[in-house]
Amino acid sequence: MTSTTRNYLIRGVTLPDGTSTSLLLRDGVIAALGADAADGSSDAVALDATGLIALPGLVDLHTHLREPGREDAETVWSGTRAAALGGFTCVHAMANTMPVSDTAGVVEQVWRLGRDAGWVDVRPVGAVTVGLGGERLAELGAMADSAAAVRVFSDDGVCVDDPVLMRRALEYVKAFDGVIAQHAQEPRLTTGAVMNEGEVSAELGLTGWPAVAEESIIARDVLLAEHVGSRVHICHLSTAGSVDIVRWAKARGIQVTAEVTPHHLLLTDETVRGYDPQFKVNPPLRTAADVLAVRQGLADGTIDIVATDHAPHPSEDKDCEFDAAAFGMTGLETALSVVIESMVLADDVEFGWEDVARTMSAAPAAIGRVADQGRPLAVGEPAHLTLVDPDARWPVVPRALRTASDNTPFAGRELPGRVVATFYGGRATVLAGEPIEVGA
Amino acid sequence: MRHLLSAKDLSHDEAVAILDTAATMAATQQREIKKLPPLRGKTIVNLFFEDSTRTRISFEAAAKRLSADVINFSAKGSSVSKGESLKDTAQTLQAMGADGVIIRHAASGAPYRLATSGWIDAPVINAGDGKHQHPTQALLDAYTMRRHLQGENAGGADLSGFRVLVVGDVLHSRVARSNVDLLHTLGAHVTLVSPPTLLPVGVDRWPCAVSYDLDGAIAQGVDAIMMLRVQRERMSAAGGGFFPSPQEYSRKFGLDRNRLAALGPDALVMHPGPMNRGLEISAEAADSAQAVILEQVTNGVAVRMAVLYMLLGGSEGATGGAA
Repeated sequence: MTSTTRNYLIRGVTLPDGTSTSLLLRDGVIAALGADAADGSSDAVALDATGLIALPGLVDLHTHLREPGREDAETVWSGTRAAALGGFTCVHAMANTMPVSDTAGVVEQVWRLGRDAGWVDVRPVGAVTVGLGGERLAELGAMADSAAAVRVFSDDGVCVDDPVLMRRALEYVKAFDGVIAQHAQEPRLTTGAVMNEGEVSAELGLTGWPAVAEESIIARDVLLAEHVGSRVHICHLSTAGSVDIVRWAKARGIQVTAEVTPHHLLLTDETVRGYDPQFKVNPPLRTAADVLAVRQGLADGTIDIVATDHAPHPSEDKDCEFDAAAFGMTGLETALSVVIESMVLADDVEFGWEDVARTMSAAPAAIGRVADQGRPLAVGEPAHLTLVDPDARWPVVPRALRTASDNTPFAGRELPGRVVATFYGGRATVLAGEPIEVGA
Repeated sequence: MRHLLSAKDLSHDEAVAILDTAATMAATQQREIKKLPPLRGKTIVNLFFEDSTRTRISFEAAAKRLSADVINFSAKGSSVSKGESLKDTAQTLQAMGADGVIIRHAASGAPYRLATSGWIDAPVINAGDGKHQHPTQALLDAYTMRRHLQGENAGGADLSGFRVLVVGDVLHSRVARSNVDLLHTLGAHVTLVSPPTLLPVGVDRWPCAVSYDLDGAIAQGVDAIMMLRVQRERMSAAGGGFFPSPQEYSRKFGLDRNRLAALGPDALVMHPGPMNRGLEISAEAADSAQAVILEQVTNGVAVRMAVLYMLLGGSEGATGGAA
């Protein structure tokens, strides 16, 4: 371990606010900034970070690590290594594992696997209902009290559609400051649905997933949250109407937060025209008008965070008919680049590096109640950070990504922004764009 | 034209060339000996993941009359039901030396996947995929219309200016989609007539008119009316079904005696089969002198011969017109 907890002097780096400085990482914290950093750095490894942007370590509120149960798609180890390469220092592992993460035992297992891997802070998400069955509450209190200290609960993959059960869940987690992260999908309106319902689905003859199936659940849940005085988080918001509803709810003072995925910031349902299941995802890719609305919603703060919904699948689950294919896309290693492409470099929205730090680090850490993540880059703060080359452009080659699965929708694209280094608690998990194992 | 996946992919000239070739093929079928030699030595696979005896037999007859060898592969279910995957099935057939694959599949886009995923090299003909397309059905419908509306010597002609009603379950119909695309390409004016529940969201962008009123649409003047099959299970779907009862559907959207009279004696009555007599079409209409439903079946063989010949015939001349 000793060799990996060495000290680093990061010289000439640009902070999100545009100032240029040096950072000294010592004993897991940011020990000094600016001129002071160089003074105390006699034992530190010096890195020239000229031209690089330092961001607080990214925090993903929505990651499918697949372990236990689907280790053919991803493991905690492989998924968190991919996360580190994407600039993350914390991921929230979704509960739809096999067995489901609905007990203290399973969430502690995932938490320990994450700690042993050492790439990032793994925060397990607990299931809201037993077995994601939507019938009765899982032991939310036991998961909250476990070593994993769960604060985010979600049946993601399926919607908690029973309004009474949703109300109970929203109320119950108040006892330990938890939050329900809702996968908003009215099930009866989406039976057999595989893509956005609209002009493209009409032509392709694929069963449509209407925007109203998402919006009606969000509308219901913000009203429930208001009624019982709880906070609610909306997973992977994807439609213009959803943005309007969340905007309305926030104006009313309702404690609602919302996330958008990178793919919903960039891709539309037009991509499905080739029937390529790499573009099959839930919620589905929407229209260009929806993409514009979620980008504007992210820029104006209506949408609080970007979350990857990293959903690895083995190739056989995608190399088939569109109807038969699994839903989901990988995202950990492309998320930051897609946000740079769709938001930072875009002319039609105002979105700078401080917004990147807010939406991909500070805000998700706050929603997940992860106290030592998402902190500003300041003296005394934990040394969770990532260095990004904003000018680099790189081609997305599925096999070259380190996630165990190849189902990226960005294959063949060139994306801007490359993670050069990531530090998790002062340890370099990534240097020169390459992963550094614990003990290496 | 390497594959035939969607009627939408056909240009005006390609579509007319197929109809002209079909006319040539049909003429040969009047002879005592119906078999022609162009596909001798070629192996064509009928890959049917969905039951459809009539379409399979039509393709089989077409291929055999062009002297091809035909392998029928009936694979009910698919990777959805945890059987062999489409990819493995297709590659197995390719390994056995298939020169062309005719595929019928319940999943929209399955033929497109087969043609574009690099799994196999052979030309792919879509024999109906989910709710997407059934291009040879549209071609045989257009061929039938052209023969009656433009006369026997219709070579080179299209369907410019003719008015066609397509009536029934558009939402679930690959026949409706294919016909809208092809008839539009050929210059016809198409009106879809359907209860609003059986029209897809987004239909307003299709190159056709839409009406909920069959009597009103007929009153506008009609050269051909195509009645779509209504599946019985549409009455028991989620939300209590797409329409209240078969009786109400029949009253509002069925081709009954009065509507047959209103059409006038020159309007063609068409149906892709199999028919639900008494639901979308009355026996009187189905058996009327202006019904061309059985002729559609006959023409299906000629049209499929034309498609197979143009895709697999190999010589420059054979594919040149539609390349």
